[in-house]
Amino acid sequence: MARTHQGMVEKRGAGLWLTHVLMILGVLVIFFPIWLAFVASTVTQTDIIRPPMPVWPGDQLWINYKNALFSGINVPVGTMLLNSLIMAIGIAVGKIIISLLSAFAIVYFRFPGRTFFFWMIFLTLMLPVEVRIVPTYEVVAGFGMLNSYSGLIFPLIASATATFLFRQFFLTIPDELAEAARVDGARPMRFFWDIVVPMSRTNIAALFVILFIYGWNQYLWPLLITTDPEMNTIVMGIKQMFPSGDDFAHWPTIMATSILAMIPPVIVVVSMQKLFVRGLVDSEK
Amino acid sequence: MEKRVTFRGWLLPLCLIAPQVIISAVFFFYPAGQAIWQSLFIPDPFGLSMQYVGLGNFEYLLSDKFYRASFVTTAVFSVLVTLASMIPALFLAVLADRLIKGSGVYRTLLIWPYAVAPAVAGVLWLFMFNTRVGVVSWYLGQLGYDWNHVLNGNEAMGLVVVASAWGRISYNFLFFFAALQSVPRSVIEAAAIDGAHFWRRFFGIVLPLITPTAFFLLVVNVVYAFFETFGVIHTITGGGPQQTTTILVYKVFSDGFVGQDLGSSSAQSVILLIVVGLLTVLQFKFVEKRVHY
Repeated sequence: MARTHQGMVEKRGAGLWLTHVLMILGVLVIFFPIWLAFVASTVTQTDIIRPPMPVWPGDQLWINYKNALFSGINVPVGTMLLNSLIMAIGIAVGKIIISLLSAFAIVYFRFPGRTFFFWMIFLTLMLPVEVRIVPTYEVVAGFGMLNSYSGLIFPLIASATATFLFRQFFLTIPDELAEAARVDGARPMRFFWDIVVPMSRTNIAALFVILFIYGWNQYLWPLLITTDPEMNTIVMGIKQMFPSGDDFAHWPTIMATSILAMIPPVIVVVSMQKLFVRGLVDSEK
Repeated sequence: MEKRVTFRGWLLPLCLIAPQVIISAVFFFYPAGQAIWQSLFIPDPFGLSMQYVGLGNFEYLLSDKFYRASFVTTAVFSVLVTLASMIPALFLAVLADRLIKGSGVYRTLLIWPYAVAPAVAGVLWLFMFNTRVGVVSWYLGQLGYDWNHVLNGNEAMGLVVVASAWGRISYNFLFFFAALQSVPRSVIEAAAIDGAHFWRRFFGIVLPLITPTAFFLLVVNVVYAFFETFGVIHTITGGGPQQTTTILVYKVFSDGFVGQDLGSSSAQSVILLIVVGLLTVLQFKFVEKRVHY
């Protein structure tokens, strides 16, 4: 995003240095909680419960992470990581598929009930899971989907945002393409697979990044419907690692788990930064 | 906007739209309808029958001092989270905008907290301020300040606000940075030639030009504070002490799930539905403006 033409404004050396210094300070402050969690995941419990804890990493990294991943506290963190991965990918892929299909139907067809369905999808924007907690739980329980992947995924995959994003994009696809496909006698689904989906690649990728983070970071829903520790996701499982009584929490394991919980989304966001920023801006439009 | 060229047939499009419509109906509309329906009843203590009470649940709620307090808590919490996440973000974005080289590196680093789940952010901040082992609380203790968010409501509120705002700074930073980058250079230079110094240019030219973004972020952050901070509160305070950090969404959860008070919880859901509706309308109004800008 560098500007090609940097004019006469803001060129002075001292000001520039000050800006860098302030910026670095800002980054350090923002990073401090993550750094501290990392340090805590590399030292022993004794180092932590006798404050102040060290500020530099210790030598227990391997032991703490091995402990967390393979034994954990209620359930191995490896299991929770897998559950989170399945949930996040399930939600992202599911949302993308059903949104692509419904946006295609809304844009390229005229059928009875089209406007009604369009508004129905629109209204789901106003019904976040947080406001219909108890009845949604009852529905999922009624289907016997407690403690299951389908229970974790399905109630969260209807998304008006993704549908609108695809609708918006489909409207920019030149009419000539659909015209040509019709003249050639191509069936609508053929047109969908050969033209529409390939053209939406970037949008799909950008949306995937955003939705993966959304799915990975879910807390309330898994908390409600996974009573079996084997089905806990990592983000909600961390809280379950705290003892209920007055005992000391086992901080090295908890902090190793917190670090493990943030690695996948951080990797996704940082490595796909351009797509991520694009997805963010698009999905808010 | 409509397509000029469309395909024929009605069975295929109905099949295409069916998955989304069915999921919306089963997991969104039916539960929302249930919430509205249940809000008109009080179940007997054994859960065997329901007694119709009309708007009784609502009357009871609105006269309940804890529920009214929860409204105030939510308002205070949202305002604080919004300010605490937008002001540092704007400051950092202004700094990054002044840099010719290196802003990309800072941006990459500043995105990190966005990826951290609110619940995990809660655990990180809880760790720093833990009354027994927290580093920050320990140093505060050395300075003679006795930090205890478990007992002190204001400290608890401060902690959940900071923990909620932290990840949001990344988000706001990205939007502010993009907005600042799109302010025309020529305008700023013209002002500089006329002798306007940095702060004068910032308040006179740059800030007015980025207000659409700021308004948009304002609404989005309020929505975030209302509905997406459950994880932070649940991990750090559990709504306490004495419900001082019980925001509306948290109360639906604690009354409905922990307290099993279905009538009241449903009525709270209905009130929240109205709040979301209003916020969505507001969001669309501002987003509309932003697009035109």
